Amino acid sequence: MGKVLTIQPVTRIEGHASIAIELDDNGNVKDTKLHLMSLRGFEKFIEGRPAEEVPRIVNRICGICPWMHHLASVKAVDACFGVTPTPAGHKLRELCQVMAHINDKILHFFFLAAPDFVIGPDSDYAVRNVIGIVKAAPELAQQVVKMRQLGQMMLERFAGKAIHPIAGVTGGFAKPMTEPERVGLLRDTQTLLDFAVYALDFAKNNVFNKYLDVISKLGTITTGFLGTVDDNGALRIYDGKLRLMQPTGEYVDFPCSEYTDYLAEHVEPWAYAKMPYAKSWQEGFSMDLDQPKGIYRSNTLARINVCDHIATPKAQAALEEFRAKFGRPAQFTLLYHWARLIELVYACERTIELLQDKSITDPNIRAKVEPKAGRGVGCVEAPRGSLIHDYTTDDNGCIVSANLIVGTTHNIAPMNMSVKQAATMLIKDGVYDQGMLNKVEMAVRAYDP
Amino acid sequence: MAVRIAEEWLHSCSGCEIAILNIGEPLVELLSALEFVHIPVLMDHKYYGQTGEGKVLDIPEADVGIVSGGVANEEHLEVLEEMRKKCKILIALGTCATHGGLPALMNNWDVGEAHKQIYQTVTTDACTVPDQKVPKPLDRVYALDEKVKIDLMIPGCPPNSQHIAGAILALLHGEEVKLPTKSVCDTCPTVRKGKGDVKKVRRFLENAAYIAEEPIDKMRCLLEQGFMCMGPVTLAGCAKRGAPSCIIARVPCRGCFGPVRKGGNQMLDMMNALASNGIDFKSVIDRKNLLRFSGAHGLIKQQRPTE
Repeated sequence: MGKVLTIQPVTRIEGHASIAIELDDNGNVKDTKLHLMSLRGFEKFIEGRPAEEVPRIVNRICGICPWMHHLASVKAVDACFGVTPTPAGHKLRELCQVMAHINDKILHFFFLAAPDFVIGPDSDYAVRNVIGIVKAAPELAQQVVKMRQLGQMMLERFAGKAIHPIAGVTGGFAKPMTEPERVGLLRDTQTLLDFAVYALDFAKNNVFNKYLDVISKLGTITTGFLGTVDDNGALRIYDGKLRLMQPTGEYVDFPCSEYTDYLAEHVEPWAYAKMPYAKSWQEGFSMDLDQPKGIYRSNTLARINVCDHIATPKAQAALEEFRAKFGRPAQFTLLYHWARLIELVYACERTIELLQDKSITDPNIRAKVEPKAGRGVGCVEAPRGSLIHDYTTDDNGCIVSANLIVGTTHNIAPMNMSVKQAATMLIKDGVYDQGMLNKVEMAVRAYDP
Repeated sequence: MAVRIAEEWLHSCSGCEIAILNIGEPLVELLSALEFVHIPVLMDHKYYGQTGEGKVLDIPEADVGIVSGGVANEEHLEVLEEMRKKCKILIALGTCATHGGLPALMNNWDVGEAHKQIYQTVTTDACTVPDQKVPKPLDRVYALDEKVKIDLMIPGCPPNSQHIAGAILALLHGEEVKLPTKSVCDTCPTVRKGKGDVKKVRRFLENAAYIAEEPIDKMRCLLEQGFMCMGPVTLAGCAKRGAPSCIIARVPCRGCFGPVRKGGNQMLDMMNALASNGIDFKSVIDRKNLLRFSGAHGLIKQQRPTE
């Protein structure tokens, strides 16, 4: 008689999930499922709300990436009301977006993922965590905590709130940047860039090269990718066009307002989260490991794969090194971590670029806004993937209907596939242990769900 | 001996957990006096044993339990009841836990009908609402104290990191936990001139009037500028840099720490506050929205189906 192994809850991720691994009579993996356990229903309960209030409601979709929801939302509201933000308003929004990426990447790599590598994937669960790192490598831990805190407090100091922000408003931004603020943020970002470069080197030496064998095997699947680029094909995380790449490397670019022509969402009865797939490939949806259909991935590895280059020098050098090693598109799932640290360097460099441009202190931060009926799609790159907010408003500028495609969900189907691949590879003839089950979770953690 | 801590998140967004991390460097020192026995965001303790063979959900015993998020499905309830059973002191962290928070806006609809609509959006393939091996929803979103006894409430969306650190330190030393009891207005340094000539409140469609180079205490009160601002009826606690945090961004308060009056209704209390200042409360475009952070405890009620 076969049995089902349950990993519940999946830990060191954001949110509620469990993994079920079904074994056959011989103790080999028959099937696996990643159950997504929660549904809050923002698409429904923003109905009727004045649209200009929605950016400060939907930020609560995610406490780790509230800025991205906040900003995708202000863009969607701008489009509903037919308003273009002022240049300074636009720059301040992008600044907050890239600054928020910095903290997120430090958090994910060092607090959530690193314990598997620094403490070891098979080590005791009681120490395989950031508290274990504090004890095992106190100097590193102190530095990491300090840098993440610096990034959070830079946002809080300038924009009032780092978690659940309010400073982005339809038409632009609620407060201008003063010259002393600009100088202070620029100084602090330089510190963060130094740390980012150190973090990438640290990870290359202590994680990626050491675990290259694991990286090349664990959770590896072959899929397409989705990310955002500018007109020159350079990596963008605040604005640009979406690029949907097939597993072969061919791609198509489209404005986010046309997303319904390219993407659809599949639903399985055993997960609340919807599973977006590439409708435009016209092959349907399947998570079959050998012949997947419609499956693409988002988040760091996807963005690093779809871009032709990165417009900042240190991140571009890191991209070239990465690409020389793993090709384009790179498919190994654990390379998400490497790509994450390349993006960390980019986010710091881009923040510096934005702050070096003194026009960011222009006091003309908000365009005139009139609430009205319309439809608007707003998109940014959240840490976990392309984030799409699509609203329709009535004559009074209140929300009539909404459709959201949230970054993490692009990777739900791929995560299911990676779980299946990892479990099948690791569990044979009924033999399993804590370390193996943790490695199955590592395949999920790479996606930073 | 170290104080044992268990932490859980329910109908939540992880912002409360980020607020715990935002304690920053003092957290590293605190960690030496604490022993985390269960905290899914940071450590790998599993409900059903480390290889998942247990039959009942089990969380280790702890001196202090912290729970964020409200209660909206059967799994939330099971986890909350287990936390209550295993923790000597149980803290409700964040406004979802203390008052339902934003997800309690859902209480305006029949949950089954609302879920059906969510699975019928423009990009969603034809399907039914998932119901296999996923927790069944309750009839509405509840605050924690509607389901179990809570010993300490630390509201906020997000909660103030210093309140969390202060509460843990006080519990460590067996001292009384001190939290704010005043209103946001009581902690707001903006200039108030008393009853003005404002007759209606405005939507936040244009920025407030202020001079960017001048500190917050030179800016006129946003309510007196005619903007809807919920400072009068909202519990203080968000101010960290000399002013409430939204006011630092020159943006009006929306009530994220819940009602200042214990058991208060932020919508009714705000209507009263407006009326007593001669402001037409009918000028508030979406009144239910004023309960956006505190809709549990039956305050946001299900509307009749419109069919």
